[in-house]
Amino acid sequence: MAKSKQKNIKRVYLDHAATTPMTKEVLKAMAHYFYEVSGNPSALHFAGRRAKEALDLSRQRAAKIINSQPEEIFFTGSGTESDNLAILGIARFNKVKGNHLVTTNIEHHAVLHPFERLADRENFKATVVPVEENGLVSPKKILAAIKPETTLISVMYANNEIGTIQPIKEIARLIKKWKAANNRGTQEPPFFHTDACQAAGYLDLDVKKLGVDLMTLNGSKIYGPKGVGLLYVRRGINLEPIVFGGGQEKGLRSGTENLAGIAGFAQALESAQEYRLSESSRLIKLRNYFFQQIIKNIDKSFINGDLKNRLPNNVNVSILDIEGEAALLYLDEAGISASTGSACDSSRLEPSHVILALGRPYEYAHGSLRFTMGKATTKAEIDYTVKTLARVVKKLRKISPLNIKPEQKISCPSRIFVQSGRPHWEKRKNKSV
Amino acid sequence: MKKIKKKINLKSDVMNQATGQSWIYSGIVKDHFFNPRNLLLKDPRAGEFDAVGEVGNPACGDVMKMWVKVDKKNDRITDLKWRTFGCGSAIAATSMFSEMIKEGRGMKIDQALKIRPQDIIARLGGLPERKIHCSVLADKAFRKAMNDYFRSSGQPQRIIVESGRVIDKRLNITDKDIEEAVLEGARNLADVQKKLKVGVGDKEAIPEIEQLIRFYVEKYYG
Repeated sequence: MAKSKQKNIKRVYLDHAATTPMTKEVLKAMAHYFYEVSGNPSALHFAGRRAKEALDLSRQRAAKIINSQPEEIFFTGSGTESDNLAILGIARFNKVKGNHLVTTNIEHHAVLHPFERLADRENFKATVVPVEENGLVSPKKILAAIKPETTLISVMYANNEIGTIQPIKEIARLIKKWKAANNRGTQEPPFFHTDACQAAGYLDLDVKKLGVDLMTLNGSKIYGPKGVGLLYVRRGINLEPIVFGGGQEKGLRSGTENLAGIAGFAQALESAQEYRLSESSRLIKLRNYFFQQIIKNIDKSFINGDLKNRLPNNVNVSILDIEGEAALLYLDEAGISASTGSACDSSRLEPSHVILALGRPYEYAHGSLRFTMGKATTKAEIDYTVKTLARVVKKLRKISPLNIKPEQKISCPSRIFVQSGRPHWEKRKNKSV
Repeated sequence: MKKIKKKINLKSDVMNQATGQSWIYSGIVKDHFFNPRNLLLKDPRAGEFDAVGEVGNPACGDVMKMWVKVDKKNDRITDLKWRTFGCGSAIAATSMFSEMIKEGRGMKIDQALKIRPQDIIARLGGLPERKIHCSVLADKAFRKAMNDYFRSSGQPQRIIVESGRVIDKRLNITDKDIEEAVLEGARNLADVQKKLKVGVGDKEAIPEIEQLIRFYVEKYYG
């Protein structure tokens, strides 16, 4: 074990799904917009016009990547904001046409929480379609959830925790079919939104091929800057804004544009798409090797999520008898940055809703670890990580009084945990959506 | 200044994602987490310990088990070993608890039973607020072990019975539920209602619930 006093241990960063470091290329693209071009794009004077030109250029670059028109791109402050805008914006604008929304149970909280909000406070009804045991949603189940009063369907492109890639094209096709059969024009609800933040570095972002009406992207997962995102909104679709003010972004997102951030984001999108095929094939090999090594070297470890329809950089396993946060901290001490779905590591003290959605018991969520690779990840780093992980698991199992048999079914009895009923997240369960 | 720093620490995250260096766990927590004291390494032989107690559940993310040896003549704890399934603070809290018990000639049982969660937290140099329930389990596991000892040594009168008192009859919510809600960060009626849906069932219970919230907030954070 790397000694805590050892300050200069090599760091192995395996948390790229949380955020990526920025590349020099992106930084260079941004640098221009702090000093030379620093006007307010809304101003009429020279500085303003130059800023406006720069903004338009970034918009064109982003549009080209996703095969849309520049005016269909709306820059925001984050992926979260884009998700919120898509969901709240569509739902509220179309509330006279219907109050029903559809999503899945493994969406990011940036999607699930606005859904909950609409259901709790604004009289919307939501259908949360459960994914299958492999973490993929059945397009047929999405179709079955659509009602005449449905205005929005939101399904993520790729999952942030287990990396499963959802059949977006197929869902879009079924929605179109439903609309045709129900005499709904393309400019009428229901609309289809996808959160593609995790997908951007590895999958095709062509909105025409995907068939989506709205799509969320952000900079911080693709080696771009943090604090910038975009929402693609197909021409002719209206949304109610969630931020009001100076009317920037055609009134949909007020606030002076983050010029440097947007320029960096456009650059990052271009680079991501340029390298996505070569990076994908490199990382798929590494990912499969990573999984194989974990399963081989650590008993009672289980893969979470489908192996085939999965982001090339995502490894997620549940290791029984140990708790994720403890493992995370031991790994961190050895220089490895990973993440966990354990309740102990979340601000709400709830285990990962994604791992639970796979139909796995709580202890699989508590013992889940996610490693997400990136550009700089090497095979040597994976070897070091597996070796370290095996040692950490051995140590924590020594500390742990548990010896769960994988086939054993453990349920939370009615009186445990500081002697009050079920775990606190269970109590909340009934309430949500 | 010191106070401000402590306040910030409580609210920040487990570790700095960017550097991976800074911890909100104190140096003492870190030390006990990486070098746990009094850990039970080998499964015990029959009769090696006088009592055993376990609390928690793997589904809930924390399990603590304690093995205790008692000097019957002097009513003192002579040895305490443990195993814990849980996060960093759960492991550190059990380790610290075992040290507190074994200090000097070993604590008197009555004295040991008086150790409160906040005593463990203080010795650990503080814990993040949302991690406080982890240390609450250490004293519970010990109490359970002691009840086991009292039972087997023919002192049933010393057994500590803990049962929740029902506050909201319609939703069957006890004072323990409210205690747990406070430990999870609830500070007022709205927070507790959000966590437990309390008061929705029985409006008449609200004044008593508010009183209990004040009591537990004072108890753990006052």
